[in-house]
Amino acid sequence: MLTLSDQPRTQNTTDADEGTEYLAFTLGREEYGIDILRVQEIRGYEPVTRIANAPAFIKGVVNLRGIIVPVVDMRIKLRLGEATYDQFTVVIILNIAGRIVGMVVDSVSDVTTLKPQQMRPAPEVGSAFDNEYLVGLGDLGSRMLILVDIEKLMLSADMGLVEKLAA
Amino acid sequence: MTIDMSQFYQVFFDEADELLAEMEKLLLNIDLDAPDDEDLNAIFRAAHSIKGGAATFGFTDITELTHVLESLLDRIRKHEMTLTGEHVDAFLSAKDVLDMLMGGHRHGTAVDVAAVQTLSARLHGLSEGKAAAAPAPAAPAAAASPEADASGNFHLRIELPAVSAKDVDALAGELGLMGTLSRDILPDGRAAFTLVTSETAETIVAICAFVLDPDALRITDARAAAPAASSPVPASASSLHDTAVPPAAGSQAAAAPAARPAEESKNHGRRATDKEAGESSSIRVSVEKVDQLINLVGELVITQAMIEQRIATLDPIQHERLLNSASQLSRNTRDLQEAVMSIRMMPMDYVFSRFPRMVRDLAGKLGKKIEFVTKGAATELDKGLIERIVDPLTHLVRNSVDHGIEMPEKRRAAGKNEAGKLTLSAAHQGGNIVIEVSDDGGGLDRERILAKAKQNGLPVSDAMPDSEVWQLIFAPGFSTAEIVTDVSGRGVGMDVVKRNITAMGGVVDIRSVPGSGTTISISLPLTLAILDGMLVKVGDEIYILPLGYVIESLQPAPVDVKEISGQGRVVKVREEYLPLIPLYQIFAIDPKSKEPSEGILVILESEGKKAALLVDGLVGQQQVVVKNLESNFRKVAGISGATILGDGGVSLILDVAALLRSSRQLNADSLCF
Repeated sequence: MLTLSDQPRTQNTTDADEGTEYLAFTLGREEYGIDILRVQEIRGYEPVTRIANAPAFIKGVVNLRGIIVPVVDMRIKLRLGEATYDQFTVVIILNIAGRIVGMVVDSVSDVTTLKPQQMRPAPEVGSAFDNEYLVGLGDLGSRMLILVDIEKLMLSADMGLVEKLAA
Repeated sequence: MTIDMSQFYQVFFDEADELLAEMEKLLLNIDLDAPDDEDLNAIFRAAHSIKGGAATFGFTDITELTHVLESLLDRIRKHEMTLTGEHVDAFLSAKDVLDMLMGGHRHGTAVDVAAVQTLSARLHGLSEGKAAAAPAPAAPAAAASPEADASGNFHLRIELPAVSAKDVDALAGELGLMGTLSRDILPDGRAAFTLVTSETAETIVAICAFVLDPDALRITDARAAAPAASSPVPASASSLHDTAVPPAAGSQAAAAPAARPAEESKNHGRRATDKEAGESSSIRVSVEKVDQLINLVGELVITQAMIEQRIATLDPIQHERLLNSASQLSRNTRDLQEAVMSIRMMPMDYVFSRFPRMVRDLAGKLGKKIEFVTKGAATELDKGLIERIVDPLTHLVRNSVDHGIEMPEKRRAAGKNEAGKLTLSAAHQGGNIVIEVSDDGGGLDRERILAKAKQNGLPVSDAMPDSEVWQLIFAPGFSTAEIVTDVSGRGVGMDVVKRNITAMGGVVDIRSVPGSGTTISISLPLTLAILDGMLVKVGDEIYILPLGYVIESLQPAPVDVKEISGQGRVVKVREEYLPLIPLYQIFAIDPKSKEPSEGILVILESEGKKAALLVDGLVGQQQVVVKNLESNFRKVAGISGATILGDGGVSLILDVAALLRSSRQLNADSLCF
């Protein structure tokens, strides 16, 4: 499963000249970007079935056309913004290493192409994300995207979404 | 105990048929100039599989032939030899001959031994690289059969084996009735006839069969041998006729091509009728198709539940007909579902039948005497599970033979029958199948297990109850065997057994009494795909209880609920005190009421333990399609899966066994995330 994770990165580098497409979304006042190839679809928030004794940021599971999909709320996980659920709440459905995960964010802004020269290394401190999950920063003039290695993040033990690999 | 292998023959034949057809297809499509390695490998594998199967069932003739075929194919696929048209021809005729042999075993049709020998010699020749020396295109039966001339007459040359002159005269008389007969003598003194007749070779063979062995008879087309027809020509037999037969094959083989048409046509007639009878008995379908069907039916069940839920609110008088139709739909859906699920069900015999031999061999090796008994071999289990149970079960049986049952002397000294008894049984129990391996051996040695556990640094105490001590043997690397044998004792295995069974949703339980034996019992769910569920409500949440665990549900009187200090509560149900498990507490739900007397108690039973689960109320009963929670998420304590309800929402299925196991330690960490 983990070998798959190398694929997008190599693809990113080969496409380097044209740049890579990122889906930009907001959490509180910060703007984040994730590799568009990891995004399966974007949906509204539907009531979830709670999972008992799970951490608060794991909202529960929903039925996505017959598949049981867990939903995590990044606002709770990162303590950014208000975790309110209304008709404007957005769930990004991610497809990561064959697993499907829903991620609640404040809003989705757009899809942006970032050229290599627009990419900046991530500073040591700054965002709510642990540095190990950051790819870098995307400079869009007035805007700045915090680029996240969503795959690494979602598969991390931190998120508790995946059974720990051979302990 | 003897095993009736014939029950598996059909499987082998079906499989072999498929493999042969596949092989033929590949052979016909093969590009001689650039044969695809994958194709060659596939052909090789087909031959290999047939060989393996034939060897298992003791079809020596098929095994021998496929072996030759296989070695030739092996050389080709390793590029030690280039594939030629000749090879392909030989392989194709090998396919035909295998078909014939298979027919022989299957329907008892006649088998042409000579053809087999011919082919095998030819394959040998090819694999030795003497391709050119081997006679050209082989002789599929029909090619060698004499052809009729324009007037519909056959010109047949019939060479008789060495028989008495009286018999020759008698035959000449008989054959003379069928057409124009001329007679001459071969150089070696045998008689030969040339017959112009409208009868076929078969008829002649049939007539000759009264006086001589039809296999030794040689009938060829006289016109092919025209120059030699009127006068005896030395060695005409091998030089002029029937190029298919290598000279070495001798006269018996030489007779084959002619005899074959007769037998072939007989075979055909018989095979056709037999096939008709056989075909209705079973068809082979890929598991994928069945699984797809099961999934579709699963979706149908969800849709049906959805409809049922929607119409439940309708006025029964006004919508009587709609409601009737809906209830019929639900009945049909249930039947359909059962029928589909039963496709995947296989009898346990499939697994059990491989053990008698293994036990016998092991017992012989170890010098033990063992009587092996199986019970409930007809019990059915899901195919997926049955395949996965084989390895763990094999391990357990081996263990019982090796460690469980004592040596005859020891048994005699203990006053037991010299022959140990090993029982393998399967039975349905609620929604589960229980498979037990029991022996009447020495039982587990509590002291030794404890000593070994301490040595391995496992946390144990002398006060542990037996059942917990027995579970220690499932710890990785645990073996108390004094000597490591090649049978068992390396300590790998029991942990794997446990892990495999747990992965299948099963539970392993050990009962052992020193001196009188050990029983290891495996409890597995019947099928993993669909279950009958009871929907229960706590607060706003709906959970599903597998109906197989539910005994009853009741509303207790306040006096029946008792507090045990520090141990939680118990409830008295029919003179029995059962631990009370409040679901709201386990899953941290805000319930309607925390008072058992205001809610509903569902009495559950698993692994012989009972408990009362406190819920707010019962919602209903329905069949649910089990969805895996782990495919996109992780295992959740106390939850065995999830399902989609009629309203499209997700509901979690409770892991009753785990709930009951932890009922004594309600506040223990085991249920925390």
